[in-house]
Amino acid sequence: MTPNPTAETARILVEGLAQRFPSPGEGGVLTVFSDIWFTVAPGEFVCLIGHSGCGKTTLLNILAGLERADEGTVIVSGQEVTGTSLDRAVVFQSHALMPWMTVMDNIAFAVTSKWPKWSKADRQKHCQKFIDLVHLTGSENKKPSQLSGGMKQRVGIARAMAIEPQIMLLDEPFSALDALTRGSLQDELLAICAHTEQTVFMITHDIDEAILLADKIVLMTNGPEARVCEIVRNPLPRDRTRHDMHKHDDYYPIRNHLIEFLVNRSVSFKEELSSPDYDPRHPPVVEPRAGAAPAVRVTA
Amino acid sequence: MSLSLRARALIVSITLFFVFVAAWQLSLSTGPGLPEGVDPEYAALMGATAKGASAMPGPLTVGEQIWEHIADPFYDAGPNDKGIGIQLGFSILRVAVGFAFAVLIALPLGFLIGMSPLFYRALDPFIQIMKPVSPLAWMPLALYTIKDSTISSVFVIFICSIWPMLTNTAFGVASVRREWLNVAKTLEVGQLRTAFRVILPAAAPTILTGMRISVGIAWLVIVAAEMLVGGTGIGYFVWNEWNNLSITNVIAAIFFIGLIGMVLDLLLAWLLKLVTYEE
Repeated sequence: MTPNPTAETARILVEGLAQRFPSPGEGGVLTVFSDIWFTVAPGEFVCLIGHSGCGKTTLLNILAGLERADEGTVIVSGQEVTGTSLDRAVVFQSHALMPWMTVMDNIAFAVTSKWPKWSKADRQKHCQKFIDLVHLTGSENKKPSQLSGGMKQRVGIARAMAIEPQIMLLDEPFSALDALTRGSLQDELLAICAHTEQTVFMITHDIDEAILLADKIVLMTNGPEARVCEIVRNPLPRDRTRHDMHKHDDYYPIRNHLIEFLVNRSVSFKEELSSPDYDPRHPPVVEPRAGAAPAVRVTA
Repeated sequence: MSLSLRARALIVSITLFFVFVAAWQLSLSTGPGLPEGVDPEYAALMGATAKGASAMPGPLTVGEQIWEHIADPFYDAGPNDKGIGIQLGFSILRVAVGFAFAVLIALPLGFLIGMSPLFYRALDPFIQIMKPVSPLAWMPLALYTIKDSTISSVFVIFICSIWPMLTNTAFGVASVRREWLNVAKTLEVGQLRTAFRVILPAAAPTILTGMRISVGIAWLVIVAAEMLVGGTGIGYFVWNEWNNLSITNVIAAIFFIGLIGMVLDLLLAWLLKLVTYEE
């Protein structure tokens, strides 16, 4: 299990982020979320779970550098995020492929951005490697409209990975896919990340997806004024698979813990918030395990 | 019988054509005789027209005339007698030059307007006022300032072509999907490369649609413009033949104007198909 990273070792440090919008109501300001603190260690797979409207996508866009937070900072590998960067690749919810480009061209567009001086042959070879990685060999010259939803999202993942980023940011990448396709893509992503030690930050609202993929799950309460409620460490071993993880003793404890959060605690969290134990800078870290009820509280 | 829709449509088209031609012929042969109350001597003086024969030609006469034009399209027997190919050529040239200038102005300006919400709003009132003005209303102003009838007609084509292209380019650029721009942004793609690799292909179908509308309008306007300025061109030809009371040639010209207009539209439709993408 990765130790809680310090400021020096963390790949991503999120410090006191807040986002507000002008609102016509009393006070005139709508706070989407505030006082968001968490960290992501190098090579760690972190999932963010929360209901719609808690500002998950906004948070991801801030990490990507597409939007600016009203308060707080994001530090990636020791440097403050002030804009977009080729070190942070984004996989968009709606795949966001250019429909007029082929699969190869879509990926090459990204590769050329990262390494503009490469020869055409080098570029092709590099793209091909990632097309093969996501099992799209043979579809290089197809346009996105000729691909199924799952294949399109594979291209999106290949495009993000092809620039060899320090961090991959995924915004509910599988939410628009059917269950079977989603399952096989999750397996592939898991295999790729295990192989490359890729640092990933992913937004999801699918509990099983989070348990399968994540080392650490950040739970966000409902917006407006969403907060990080808790950080859950995944007790399952890293070699878990979709087929056998439910046989593990700790599977149901963590699953029940997450469901309990989504159904009840994400709403009633306002009461927990007022407890003196709650420190937004160090949200409680728990690791739900079998035979230990309630969840073990690990001090950060 | 199970003919394809296309074959059946062709049969109906041909049938309709022959029905139309037959009706045309029939309407002429049952024309009025000598109008009542006309002095026979006056009728003799006035020649064939007053004897009841109409200047309206039959379909065969028009067909022969069209064939004559096609057989020898490029003869030049002085300013008032040029082949229809030459006249159409002048008109196409004017449309092409005016349209090309309109493209040169409308595309960059449309890009600017589309990319900047400020310019989009600031220039909107001007475009909205200029767009509905009949391009021929510009003609006196053009003649007064340019003092050359040919350039003036090209200017009129320019001014009528520019609006649909400008508004469509601005709209196409402004409505490029946010996520495509975000992809370019996260990949740190430069502004110029974003413009050419993302915005231009994304907006191309809308831009080409604007061009297609423009070329249609330009072809409509050139006939009227040439009637005004005279000299050469298919519009001048039509007016000249009207002065000669050669209805046969007027009808033949209508046929050729329609034909060229269709070819121009097909050309733009083909270009549009090239840049259209499926999502």
